[in-house]
Amino acid sequence: MQASIKKPRRSPLFWAQLAFTLTVCAFLIVPVFMSMTAGVTLNYMTGVSGGLTTQWVEKVLTDYRGPIVLSLELAIACLLCTLLLGIPAAYVLAKRQNAFTRAIEELLVMPVAVPGIATALALIVTYGGLGGFRTSWLFILVGHVLFTLPFMVRSVLAVMSSIDLKTLEEGARSLGANFTQRFFGIILPNCRSGIIAGSLMVVTLSLGEFNMTLLLHTPLTQTLPVGLADTYASLRLEVGSAYTLVFFVIIVPLLIAMQWASNAVSQRKRI
Amino acid sequence: MNNADNVSIRLERCARTFEDGTRALEATDLTIQAGETIVFLGPSGCGKTTTLRLVAGLDEPDVGGKVWFGDEDVTAIPIERRNVGMVFQSYALFPNMSVEENVAYGLRVRKVPADQRELRVQESLEMMHITDLANRRIDQLSGGQRQRVALARAIAPRPRVLLLDEPLTALDAKLRENLRVEIDRLLRSLGITTVYVTHDQGEAMALGDRIAVMDKGRIAQIGTPEEIYRAPANAFVADFIGTMNRLFGRVENNSLVFPGGRVNWSGPPPAAGLMFRPEDLQLAAPGSGNFTAQVVSAFFLGDHVRLVLDAGAPDFFIARVFERRTFAKGETLEFTLNPHTLVSLEK
Repeated sequence: MQASIKKPRRSPLFWAQLAFTLTVCAFLIVPVFMSMTAGVTLNYMTGVSGGLTTQWVEKVLTDYRGPIVLSLELAIACLLCTLLLGIPAAYVLAKRQNAFTRAIEELLVMPVAVPGIATALALIVTYGGLGGFRTSWLFILVGHVLFTLPFMVRSVLAVMSSIDLKTLEEGARSLGANFTQRFFGIILPNCRSGIIAGSLMVVTLSLGEFNMTLLLHTPLTQTLPVGLADTYASLRLEVGSAYTLVFFVIIVPLLIAMQWASNAVSQRKRI
Repeated sequence: MNNADNVSIRLERCARTFEDGTRALEATDLTIQAGETIVFLGPSGCGKTTTLRLVAGLDEPDVGGKVWFGDEDVTAIPIERRNVGMVFQSYALFPNMSVEENVAYGLRVRKVPADQRELRVQESLEMMHITDLANRRIDQLSGGQRQRVALARAIAPRPRVLLLDEPLTALDAKLRENLRVEIDRLLRSLGITTVYVTHDQGEAMALGDRIAVMDKGRIAQIGTPEEIYRAPANAFVADFIGTMNRLFGRVENNSLVFPGGRVNWSGPPPAAGLMFRPEDLQLAAPGSGNFTAQVVSAFFLGDHVRLVLDAGAPDFFIARVFERRTFAKGETLEFTLNPHTLVSLEK
């Protein structure tokens, strides 16, 4: 027991891999960082040394207040719709496993596989004639729900398949619980992690959705990402960058929460 | 707890065919007395769980079958309105609730007033000796503790009938033994009509007032544990319960004669052989026994020795002997066999 424990020597390969990883990270993170700092500099060309300002951020918050609020409203409405449609759908898919429900499960994913522009065009061709509907934000909502629903269903279904839903329900039934009591008292609480993960995913996707929304929106129903494209296309680069900064402040906490929730789900599964 | 609400259970021409056409249960008639514990015993796929689910109301019998609780026809009443308590092999405890909340659930959904609910939860926890686990989460419990919680939860609403579906199968041997004693005590003190499903004959013998041995969707025999063991109605029951020796030979002078010796027997030789249990063979002093046999192998099992014997009958016999001595392979021994312990079956 005299042998001293030597620290393992890192091989040259380790250092090469580390350098490669750091390079890739830098390649991805530096533009983000540049863009965010550009949003608070007086002049993009002179950089941070030229002085800092919040004027661009303020300009974005006043001029693009509408799209920001609309996007948040859309995300919340989209979340409500996917909760109301997705949880019952996942429940039925989990309880009735047959060729038909498996086909439905596959079909639900279609809007993710098909390019957003194609879905948007199909919606316009079909419902574009309904004037009031076409120009309202509900039109965008339909697109967002189509696109995000599979994420909610999958997330909830994954948790439902990992718990013994059938026996839990039979247990509750034997104790006298009717369907409503079982659904709200047993099923929903035990799928909580899946519902939270699905919700964060839906909100994040809805907030960031651009492809489909670009075609579905009207000048009066501009969303956050569409507004972002608009600022870069038509205004000073600093304004666009400030916009990116605002977008980040909204979306990054959601992404972190999503990661946390999905960790909680995978931990649950291991039990 | 009171047992005034106990009911008898009656199955009337109850059959069950699955969606894929499999016949899980042939038309069955069965009456379970109020307060009785009946055990459905059989190999997997024999229809015992199917029958339990019909009694529970988790499944309905095929058209024409009826389920009665006392004078009430409950065939069309689903489990949530039958007022039964059920315990599952996989416990089916609610992970989102504490032990106490699990036990209180049945009372809560039945809208039992809070003070009364509290009282009954405490009573049930005490009966299962788990009062100190009341605030635990389910994932903090061992298997044995989980099944105690499941039992407490099932009895808390004071059901008319208690149904247990292989409640001990998921537990290890030692724990199974302990909890079996506990369940026996619980059933005796509640005096509740109980249906217990198991594939373990030790459990069935220990707990059942009567045992219904099931085979291929039918009840092969129903009777007290002793009747099932001592007087099996058919070869399936004889072979499924315990160990049964079979003796074949020719009948002459009121004896069944085989190479090792003879036993008293009048009447024709039974088609399935004369049967007897390993413990009914007694070692005899040389010259005083019915027959001799050679030891094929001997297994020392602590309190007894299990001998495999060749008496040319023509199958080997199994004997349980309690003598404190060692047995050598090939040794010749002499045995007596009391003719009263012989069982003869035609099928």
